[in-house]
This record gives sequence, C-alpha cells and structure tokens, in this order.
Amino acid sequence: MKAAVIVSPGSNCDRDVQVAIRQSAGTEPIMHWHGDPELPNVDLIVVPGGFSYGDYLRAGAMAAHSPVIREVVTRAESGVPVLGICNGFQILTECDVLPGVLMPNAGLKFVCRDVNLRVEVTDTIFTCNYRSGQTIRIPVAHNEGNYFADKATLDRLEGENQIAFRYCTTDGEINPHANPNGAARNIAGILSKNRNVLGMMPHPERMADPALGGTDGRLMFDAVVKALAIA
Amino acid sequence: MQKLMKARVHITLKNGVLDPQGKAIENALGGLGFDGISEVRQGKYIEIVLENVSPAAAQASVESMCEKLLANTVIENYEIDLEA
Repeated sequence: MKAAVIVSPGSNCDRDVQVAIRQSAGTEPIMHWHGDPELPNVDLIVVPGGFSYGDYLRAGAMAAHSPVIREVVTRAESGVPVLGICNGFQILTECDVLPGVLMPNAGLKFVCRDVNLRVEVTDTIFTCNYRSGQTIRIPVAHNEGNYFADKATLDRLEGENQIAFRYCTTDGEINPHANPNGAARNIAGILSKNRNVLGMMPHPERMADPALGGTDGRLMFDAVVKALAIA
Repeated sequence: MQKLMKARVHITLKNGVLDPQGKAIENALGGLGFDGISEVRQGKYIEIVLENVSPAAAQASVESMCEKLLANTVIENYEIDLEA
C-alpha cells in the first residue's frame, strides 16, 4: 500500500501517523509537504493532526487553501481514500470535502484525554475491523472539536449512515456526559457521501501500540491496509 | 497618487449557533456587576486596505474574500463597510 501523509507548517501528528502506517502496512508512507501541489499517485491520503498555520482565523481555514489540499480535494472526489484526523478533520470541513464545521469546545478548554467511541458503521475501509456498536478507546486532544452542522445536514448524515463514531460512555451509551466538547449528537467522526473520506477528532495513531495504552487505533490502520490490498 | 480604500469586515456567528466565548464574557461582565445584559456574542473584525479600486470592484473583491476564506458561512455572517 502506498500512502501519503500531508505535512503542513504546524502539523504535529504526522510522524505518529507515519509510524502507525509503517507498522500496519510494512511500507513507508510518503511525507508530502503541503506547498508541493504535485502529489504522487497513492492509495491512501492522511491529513494529520496539529495546528496548521497556528490555527489562525479558524482551525484548518488556512491549510484548506494550501496548494496540495486542492489536489487532495480532487482525489477525494475521485474516490481515493482520505483520512483526516483532528486538525485534518477541521481542514476537510473547511475545504467542503466533509459537511459542517468544528467549533471551539463548548467548555472553552483544550481537551486532552482518552474517550470512548461507539462504532456506528462497519461498512467502510476504515472501520471494517470493528464490530457495529463496539466501544473503543482512543484519545482526543483538541480545542475545536465541537462538531456543528444545521439540522438538515445532521439528519442527512444520520439517514445516510455517514456518522462513523460517537462519543459514548464505557457502556456505549450516548449522552451529554460522554461528550467532551459539545459536538452535535455526540459526533466524533463522519464519512463523506461516497464513504471514502473519514474525518474524526480522536487520534487513532495515538492508540496504535500497547506502549501507548492500547491498540484500538491500530485496528483502523490494519483495516485500511487489508481493504486496499484486496481492492 | 495611489488611491486607497479601507474595507471593514465584521464577522459574526449566525443566530442559533452557540457561542461559548460570548457566554463566558457575558458571565464575566455579570461578575463585574454590569446589570441588564441580555446576551453577548463574540465576532471578528478585519481591516483590509485596497489600492486603486472602484467601490463596486472593492465590494465584489472583499465579498469573494469572505466567501472563500474570511468567514465560514456554515456558521458565520459577514458585513462589509467600505471607506474611501
């Protein structure tokens, strides 16, 4: 599998993703600088977490217009799998690959801790290693993770099974107490309409080795590698 | 001589979009003893100085800037004031 990790000024999870991909795929991903619009042909594009452009204006707003992101948008539309994590999710909403927006956390605090997620869909290359309804544990680390979209958009995401993960209790219950940032309907991650793009606030790459406290995140990278090997 | 025009752009959250920062300011003002505040909303203010443009062209250009970058129209409205 050939993967590319997009590196912007201020990305800080790019190397964690690199390690996770190397571990699951056995191959080295391309670390692609954002300013270079010539993105090689790859099977997977990851837009990693961090603070691209210092989160100026709005988180992800500047990076959404960087030269390579235009190409990422084109690839996403043509069906190439794209995974946006944390700041990567914010960037993908800012460039309209995914609907909605990530607003400042409702509690106005940077939230950095493990959260429980309920896996809502398993018919995607990212989530096919999980069971439907399974609770997994993955860390979040963000200041703007409060997912917002208008009611019609939220209803459509639900109706089309585009919600991939929701914040939940250890028992898998969806309630306000399990919601770390005020996200609408406890949404932690969503899929594009044609399901090749996943944006999520939690960091699977930070839970991809027993030394990090667990491997629930590794299952996602393993799933993508397996799915792309068959395809 | 170069003709300059200043665009003042106010970006505000749309009605119905929760504004936790505005809420925190509201609470802090209440704590300072300011009564009679029904709501506080926080926005952004951006000044852009344009050169050698007609008012119509400036308006069109700044509107495009707002749509493409300055505002996220999912949650924000913008208002543009031009001053020659």
